[in-house]
Amino acid sequence: MTFSADLYSTTAVRGGVSSDPATGAVLTPIYQSTTYQQEAVGVHKGFTYSRAANPTVSALESALGALEDTPPAVCFATGMAAISALFLALLKSGDHVIVSDVVYGGTVRLFRQVLSNFDVDVSFVDTSSPDAVRNALRPDTRLAFIETPANPTLKLTDIAGIAEITHDAGIKLVVDNTFLTPVLQRPLDLGADISLLSTTKYIEGHNSTVGGSISSRDEKLLDRIRLVRKTLGSIQSPQEAWLTLRGLKTLPLRLQQHCASAQKVAEWLERHPKIARVHYPGLASFAQSELAQQQQALPGGIIAFEVKGGADAGIRLMNSVRLCILAENLGAAETLITHPVSMTHADVPIEIRERTGISDGLVRLSVGLENPADIITDLESALEKIDFATTASSDAIDQCVEVGGAA
Amino acid sequence: MKFATRLVNFDPAPDDPHNPANVPIYQTATFRQQSATEFGEFDYSRSGNPTRSAVENQIARLENGTRGFCFSTGMAAITAVTRLLRPGDEILACDDLYGGTYRLFSRILADRSVVVRYADFSTLESVQSSITSSTKLVFLETPTNPLLQIIDIRAVVETAHRHGALVCVDNSTMSPYLQRPLELGADIVLHSATKYLCGHSDVMAGAVVVNNAALAEELYLIQNGEGACLSPFDSFLLLRGMKTLSLRLDRQQQNAKNIAEFLASHSTVTHVYFPGLAADRERRIHESQASGYGAVLSFQTGDPEISRKIVEETKLFAITVSFGGLNSTISLPNCMSHASIPREIRGQKNIPRDLIRLSVGAEDAGDLIADLGQAFEIAADAKREVAVLQV
Repeated sequence: MTFSADLYSTTAVRGGVSSDPATGAVLTPIYQSTTYQQEAVGVHKGFTYSRAANPTVSALESALGALEDTPPAVCFATGMAAISALFLALLKSGDHVIVSDVVYGGTVRLFRQVLSNFDVDVSFVDTSSPDAVRNALRPDTRLAFIETPANPTLKLTDIAGIAEITHDAGIKLVVDNTFLTPVLQRPLDLGADISLLSTTKYIEGHNSTVGGSISSRDEKLLDRIRLVRKTLGSIQSPQEAWLTLRGLKTLPLRLQQHCASAQKVAEWLERHPKIARVHYPGLASFAQSELAQQQQALPGGIIAFEVKGGADAGIRLMNSVRLCILAENLGAAETLITHPVSMTHADVPIEIRERTGISDGLVRLSVGLENPADIITDLESALEKIDFATTASSDAIDQCVEVGGAA
Repeated sequence: MKFATRLVNFDPAPDDPHNPANVPIYQTATFRQQSATEFGEFDYSRSGNPTRSAVENQIARLENGTRGFCFSTGMAAITAVTRLLRPGDEILACDDLYGGTYRLFSRILADRSVVVRYADFSTLESVQSSITSSTKLVFLETPTNPLLQIIDIRAVVETAHRHGALVCVDNSTMSPYLQRPLELGADIVLHSATKYLCGHSDVMAGAVVVNNAALAEELYLIQNGEGACLSPFDSFLLLRGMKTLSLRLDRQQQNAKNIAEFLASHSTVTHVYFPGLAADRERRIHESQASGYGAVLSFQTGDPEISRKIVEETKLFAITVSFGGLNSTISLPNCMSHASIPREIRGQKNIPRDLIRLSVGAEDAGDLIADLGQAFEIAADAKREVAVLQV
């Protein structure tokens, strides 16, 4: 049966997973088992020890594979565990990596504070410019890692354009597709070698698990990644894999709603007199709106914006919302509002933040599944509390940057 | 606050020191008390558990009731409601009833001195002529399962209340997103939460909601006294499943509408049972008490063998009992979900042997229709072969 491409709704519900062969159970059982009895020495049914592979995790991997149109994915305990395993699988001392200069702060921390100890060199590059990527290439460059839309500024990178450059250079292109998922953006079809997801976000979508996955059409590479995962021990747990499988079924439904609501909220924010700037790929004013339409099925559920009055006003807004939840994470059923500078991107050095537009007043909004009118009402009443007469002070931010940044 | 917002916006863990986005799974049997004489809100998980409270409160809120109770299955919820009755009391139930409910009423309750009568609730006259002064509980589903009959909730409530009987509506086929019986005057609304409320085919659960404090106290006594309460983990899953209730149902009922139209125009199909295609009077009643047609529908082909073949030849529709999940399912109610109704009653209630029930999921409607189309073709071919052999 060929599944329709209508945002992959049939694939999301049915793809890659069949009913339990033993009992007919429609859903995959939760195999909460560390080990598997072997029929004879060296004779087993594909599962030996749940650090190497687990049937429930395998079901999630097949489902993600069906969605990505790849062999089964490789799933991890967290998104960062996936990224770590990927780099440990592909890099050795002395290698050089090109990374988008706007990426999730945890990825920056991994490079600057962990991988740097292993003599892996990294260049943070504005990958929205193909020339910048070309200029950053060195003989020892092994891979390019991009995030598009970038977290939190939503700057886009032309995946197909960068794939051409990396292929010519003989290096791998990795795309962190967490913001859009394969339902809305197909990095592997656009020429990337590896697609990476924090399944914590839209894939699971209910704020109830943490997890990560790696997809590729290169079987040898997947074998290597599975070896590294088995060695490091960072496989997803059966329970979390099962919850993620459950979340996956409503992914197209949720994403359609997230995007439709985000469009309404973004248009409303753009018209609001107290808002200085709105970044949302669905807005006509979005600088890369043509690229967004070219490589994304929909604009996505994340909005970045700045309130007039800078950091103080932004913080006042985030502290005044009632429906929106002030929290890290994105892609959940609940609308989440985040202050990247003190929360998700606190480990990004100030010079990079300044260069890339992660300003002290930037607000990231992950639009949830509530009725958009209720979200707008909440933002409206929070904005009413902002008084422009308040003098700006950066003390508050310095304080929260010091305590924040755990995730 | 709009319905979709209420599904995700609630305090999942009041007083929790960590403010988690989801209710913690309190997998604990018991709770330490402050002293021998001072007790906290929770003492023993049968009597109350914070995870279960979170989902009970949310269901009560969505049904616009004041108190909710969650049970280990839908049948446990129905059983709890029937515990309100005493020996000699009567239940008057609609005659197109889920098979499991029928089994409980006729094979368990009837043997224990509760009188059960059945009537065709689709006409008010038959309700009026069947109700007696001993009737304490009037029990109905609407739309019914599997014949999708429409029952006028307000009218039944009016008659029942005049006779001093309570009205309980099994709202499993609609969910509070589409129909809220308490707002229409019913006293008790109950759910097999296994169906749309949870919606992911992965939890067995039941729920009861009321808006009357005395009735709530009585139900709490029954829940705590008999102990068929929902486990903490299933409570968590149910609450999580409910967050997408409106999204799921919007898609599923749109799919169901498309499929109903496809079936109505197909030569193999002799009759389609779907509230959106019901006769004018029934459709108007349904539209006056519900905001959508739901995603369960049935149809006939005129030939039990063709129906069996269709059920077996679909690829996307899994042959299963139950309904309300994201995966589309198909069944022959006469042999499956309603097999516990004795043959004479089944015949009387006319659950035809060629009746196929569909629970429409959230897949792409085009894929589902294509799947049914190919199953129809195979069934028609098989029928032609049999005809040729017989010649």
